[in-house]
Amino acid sequence: MSTALATVNRGLFRGLNLRQKTLMIIGSTSLLLLAIVVSSVYLGGEPLQTNFGSKNLAPSLEHPFGTDWMGRDMFARTLEGLGLSILVGGLASTISTILTIFLGLLSSTGKTADSFVSWLVDLFLSIPHLLLIILISIGMGGGAKGVVIGVALTHWPSLTRVVRAEIKQLKTQEYIHISRNLGRSKIWIATKHILPHLVPQILLGTILMFPHAILHEASVTFLGFGLSPHEPAIGIILSESMRYLSAGYWWLAFFPGLSLLIVVLAFDLIGENLGKLMNPKNAHE
Amino acid sequence: MLNNGKIAGFIGKKTLRLVSLLIVVCFASFMLIQSSPIDPVRAYIGEMPVTAEHKAKLEEYWGVNTPPQEKFLNWAGDIVKGDFGTSLIYRTPVIDVIKERFTASLVLMGVSWLFAGILGFVLGIVAGMKQGTWVDKAIKTYCYALAAAPTFWLALVLLMVFSVYLGWFPIGLSVPIGVTADNVTFFDWFKRLILPALTLSLLDVAKITMFTREKLIEVLSSDYVLFAKARGEKGLDLVLRHGIRNVALPAITLQFLGFSELFGGTVLVEQVFSYPGIGQAAVAAGLRSDVPLLLGIVIFSTLFVFFGNLIADIIYEFVDPRIRQQEASI
Repeated sequence: MSTALATVNRGLFRGLNLRQKTLMIIGSTSLLLLAIVVSSVYLGGEPLQTNFGSKNLAPSLEHPFGTDWMGRDMFARTLEGLGLSILVGGLASTISTILTIFLGLLSSTGKTADSFVSWLVDLFLSIPHLLLIILISIGMGGGAKGVVIGVALTHWPSLTRVVRAEIKQLKTQEYIHISRNLGRSKIWIATKHILPHLVPQILLGTILMFPHAILHEASVTFLGFGLSPHEPAIGIILSESMRYLSAGYWWLAFFPGLSLLIVVLAFDLIGENLGKLMNPKNAHE
Repeated sequence: MLNNGKIAGFIGKKTLRLVSLLIVVCFASFMLIQSSPIDPVRAYIGEMPVTAEHKAKLEEYWGVNTPPQEKFLNWAGDIVKGDFGTSLIYRTPVIDVIKERFTASLVLMGVSWLFAGILGFVLGIVAGMKQGTWVDKAIKTYCYALAAAPTFWLALVLLMVFSVYLGWFPIGLSVPIGVTADNVTFFDWFKRLILPALTLSLLDVAKITMFTREKLIEVLSSDYVLFAKARGEKGLDLVLRHGIRNVALPAITLQFLGFSELFGGTVLVEQVFSYPGIGQAAVAAGLRSDVPLLLGIVIFSTLFVFFGNLIADIIYEFVDPRIRQQEASI
């Protein structure tokens, strides 16, 4: 019943089939994110110059997100902040993924290694996530380095869990047994037989890790442990806006946060639609 | 089949796990803080001018020049005796600060946890029942949007709407100005709890709703529901009789497993609403290099997460072993 409901083709893009629609969603959201990153890199500092003649302006056509107390255009600041967030999130999730691949393959080589990996996963999940990031970022001396390492070191456990379960299931397969009987080493089996099967899982996991990493980076920066106040990060913008809250400058907090929400949603959308393409069995849900 | 042997084994295993976990967490967090460029003497004296002589004395007192292993053993020895040291910013024993702050946070977390659980469950059931209709789509959209919303931003927006514009709630501080903490009426205190609790639960709702929805759809497409339908059961009755019974326990378990995220959310929400809880203390301790307090909070929050997981494990192990089998098969 539910499948019949989902495949009825209606709406604006009824000329396209489901696969084309999925590809279109992925393409357009990726383009949006790419545009944000590129424009934040090439924007330069010009709109961020202070201009006391136009401070604390409400949103208008000229300044769609309003201006702050130094007359800087909030739209430009938000764009810069989003670009920075995406870059930091991207860097941190890449490191996390490399850790996941390494630990996942390590767990496939033997029983002791496997219990070590599962112990490590449990250890990292036992301290509240945000507190652990704060702790690591303090330990690394704070700043951009601290927050990247903090976010990178704390996002691998959940993906590693998934990968470990997948590996466990793969290891019961016939071809692995045969390969072992043929005298292949554990490392050879891990890299040649198991790794290729994990690629879709890991790719998807990385993309779905992005939004978490971005949100955590923004949270930690908001609390004051992450990027320095000179950077145009979203967390900094929002924590500054708290001081102007009672003055009624609502746009200082509202638009930057909303843009962050949209970026996070875009990553979720890409991840989910890619999942549909890679794993067509569950696509009808 | 509950037998004493199994229970004893379970308790033994969990105790061992807790002890080993605490040792590793203590060691790792201590070493992390050690490696950071925090100067305990600077943190203690703050901006006060001191003589070099006095400074040397303080350095000796704080053990700046003792090797880290020795420092760790000293600290761990004190912890085992129940002495967590003295907080540098509150100038009172760490254990007292944590007791007071954690109680305040537990109230906040408890209220939002319960509210989120109930609301999420009901929404999930409704969405699952009406799968594919606009009600389902609206609930799903709401969940997706909330799952992507930054906690502190939602807190800021609610603060702007309800405190600044409507003026229904105070902007900050959990105690009204000019009133000591002992004289706060229940109503005053309750009024200040509403917004933080609301923020926290609104965010928590998304996860439990999506989970309940998926589970209910799964149950509703099972053979025994088909049979029940064939017997003439339908509508709400069917869901109440077959759906909720099967969905409730996994959903409750999931709520217990979410303690870690709940704590993280509390830290952010407390910061925005300046609610005097453990999260705010943790941030203050981190920003102002109050090492004893920070380490104490790490230990207690680890315990908090551990007990959440423990309750989930008890549900797995003794109340409904099927959940464990399902997890294992995934």
